[in-house]
Amino acid sequence: MRDVAIVAFAQTRHTGHDTGLSEPELILPVINEVKDRTGLRRFGFTCSGSCDYLAGAPFSFVSALDALGAWPPISESHVEMDGAWALYEAWVRLQHGDVDSALVYGFGKSSLGDLRTIMTLQLDPYYLAPLGLDQLSLAALQAAALGADQAELDDIVRRSRADGLANPYAPDPPAEIPDGFAVEPLRTCDIAPITDGAAAVVLAAGDLATRLCERPAHIRGIAHRIEPHYPGMRDLARSASAAEAARAAGAGKGPIDVAELHAQFAHEELILRRALELPGGTVVNPSGGPLAANPVMATGLIRLGEAARRIHDGTASRTVGHAASGPCLQHNLVTVLEA
Amino acid sequence: MGHRCAVIGVGQTHYTTKRRDVSIAGLVREAALRALEDAGLTFRDIDAVVIGKAPDLFEGVMMPEAYLADALGAAGKPMMRVHTAGSVGGSTALVGASLIQGGVHDRVLVVAFEKQSESNATWALSTHLPFNASLVVGAGGYFAPHIREYMRRTGAPGHIGTLVAVKDRRNALRNPYAHLRIPAIDRAMVESTPMLWEPIRYLETCPSSDGACAMVLSSETALAGGGTPAWIHGAAMRSEPIFRAGRDTVNPQAGKDCAADVYRQAGITDPRRQIDVAEVYVPFSWYEPMWLENLGFAAEGEGWKLTESGATALDGDIPWNPSGGVLSSNPIGASGLIRFAEAALQVRGTAGEHQVDGARLALGHAYGGGAQFFAMWIVGREKP
Repeated sequence: MRDVAIVAFAQTRHTGHDTGLSEPELILPVINEVKDRTGLRRFGFTCSGSCDYLAGAPFSFVSALDALGAWPPISESHVEMDGAWALYEAWVRLQHGDVDSALVYGFGKSSLGDLRTIMTLQLDPYYLAPLGLDQLSLAALQAAALGADQAELDDIVRRSRADGLANPYAPDPPAEIPDGFAVEPLRTCDIAPITDGAAAVVLAAGDLATRLCERPAHIRGIAHRIEPHYPGMRDLARSASAAEAARAAGAGKGPIDVAELHAQFAHEELILRRALELPGGTVVNPSGGPLAANPVMATGLIRLGEAARRIHDGTASRTVGHAASGPCLQHNLVTVLEA
Repeated sequence: MGHRCAVIGVGQTHYTTKRRDVSIAGLVREAALRALEDAGLTFRDIDAVVIGKAPDLFEGVMMPEAYLADALGAAGKPMMRVHTAGSVGGSTALVGASLIQGGVHDRVLVVAFEKQSESNATWALSTHLPFNASLVVGAGGYFAPHIREYMRRTGAPGHIGTLVAVKDRRNALRNPYAHLRIPAIDRAMVESTPMLWEPIRYLETCPSSDGACAMVLSSETALAGGGTPAWIHGAAMRSEPIFRAGRDTVNPQAGKDCAADVYRQAGITDPRRQIDVAEVYVPFSWYEPMWLENLGFAAEGEGWKLTESGATALDGDIPWNPSGGVLSSNPIGASGLIRFAEAALQVRGTAGEHQVDGARLALGHAYGGGAQFFAMWIVGREKP
């Protein structure tokens, strides 16, 4: 495949509440930041990810084009998925060989509605949605299926909290780690917070990558897989699609210094570490991960961006970025990045 | 453009007001199975699935690719969900084709659908942004002023829209999948229907349909089915901002640029002469003359004359929408993909009663948002 690299990444200072910014206002600063960092004003291709249901209005992505200053008109597309899949579409487009750069962004304000019940609308509308299972209840089903050791979960919660505190882009966590169950066995502290935010990435192919970035994060593999929708048709304690995506992306072909995993619940990290067969020495979610900041529809893209950032700043030479979608990790994307 | 890509299978459902007999999953699966049958393949032969539809609020299912993965045989494979407003059907075909042109996959199933009977699209399209006074009801309310401006600029007589409404509905009588089938359609009937959004009358608008369309796309090395492939000669998307001051909403720059891009790729310098048939997104009758100009089939201000002359009729020199077009069938999210699929059927010679004799090069077109998102492809009988 054609050599394509992540050459710039920017994210908002995510918030746990609505700051009154519209979506175009939210994304404008991060778009400008990656434009400034690369010096590019125009891109061969542009792709974004967002979800109408977060905004509660159809075509929520349309006005984002105003933030881009898409004039003259641009070659552009949109996925109703996390921005990580927009990055995938852009990576595929760069494989054609006729354009060398792509702008990717994802954004979402989950503070505007009740995310837990909105996610119920993602279920089969005939057989699952009427059961009224919200996002936390489904996550609790998966946590129960896994039956994780409490101490292991505690470690993940404490580590994510400490790393999140050190991450200037993550909102401040509550002063105390919250007690008690949300939906047993899922504890309140195992749950990613409600977050508003956006992120942008620039991809560059071939020589352009080294001209734009001192240490480009080369995409050595990128793949995604979906599984059956119905939780009853899956072994919820494992993630077959994450494992297969990791194999297809070649995650196991070398050491992994850092893995940024799209785990919105503490137990999901355990499932994903096993599916990706992460070596013991791999540092997981040094940014604090989704448990520190979870701007839905940008969270997956941020994982890829954070994995790239460790290569950009020289602290890692081979990293993995992961994104997930659908109830109980139904759909997984794995990217392998190298210096 | 990367690797060569061809359409080797097309499947459509019958388009109708309400499909009470199938679920959403049943609807998309019906189209997918027909496309696979046309290609002589099964789900097992497919590497990846790309699904497109217009806003999720139409059916009330958020990010429905999760729910539809099983019905489309996608479990264990990559699956993507495209949403680019009304152009989404076209964009879905292009995202699927891109996977092959980029050398990532050999066979991709693309599917687009809408089950509009689940809600009321006109109200779902009446978007009210916070702190904005909205005086618009539905897509017709948005586009009617643009049409009036087109008439003012060009001096087009008022009956042009009526001619398109009659022509496309007559074509629909030859298409077994078409939703609106009105054997007695004529100008008097169109003119007798109520005015909805001046100058758009009831029969000058598209219907609200349930339906799905699917295509199997293949690389050069994975061709199957024995039929004639429809080769992609050009593919492009263009977008422009909806609120940009000074943008020409009647003759959008993004549409002109998108057309110029696909024509350059396909080596087309004179679309009216070189293209044999076009399936163009015309949801309101007046958009035929407007897009004739935007797409370079007529000079600026001359599109309505081409329509009036009969050139775009099935027996004209450049037939537009022989399938009956969006005016006859409109499951919104699928409407763009249907245009792309009908273009493929024409060059494969499998369009049945609405086949344009000897069609070798065809344009598929879709637009969306405030006439700001465009997706187009040129397909041909010969390998590019």
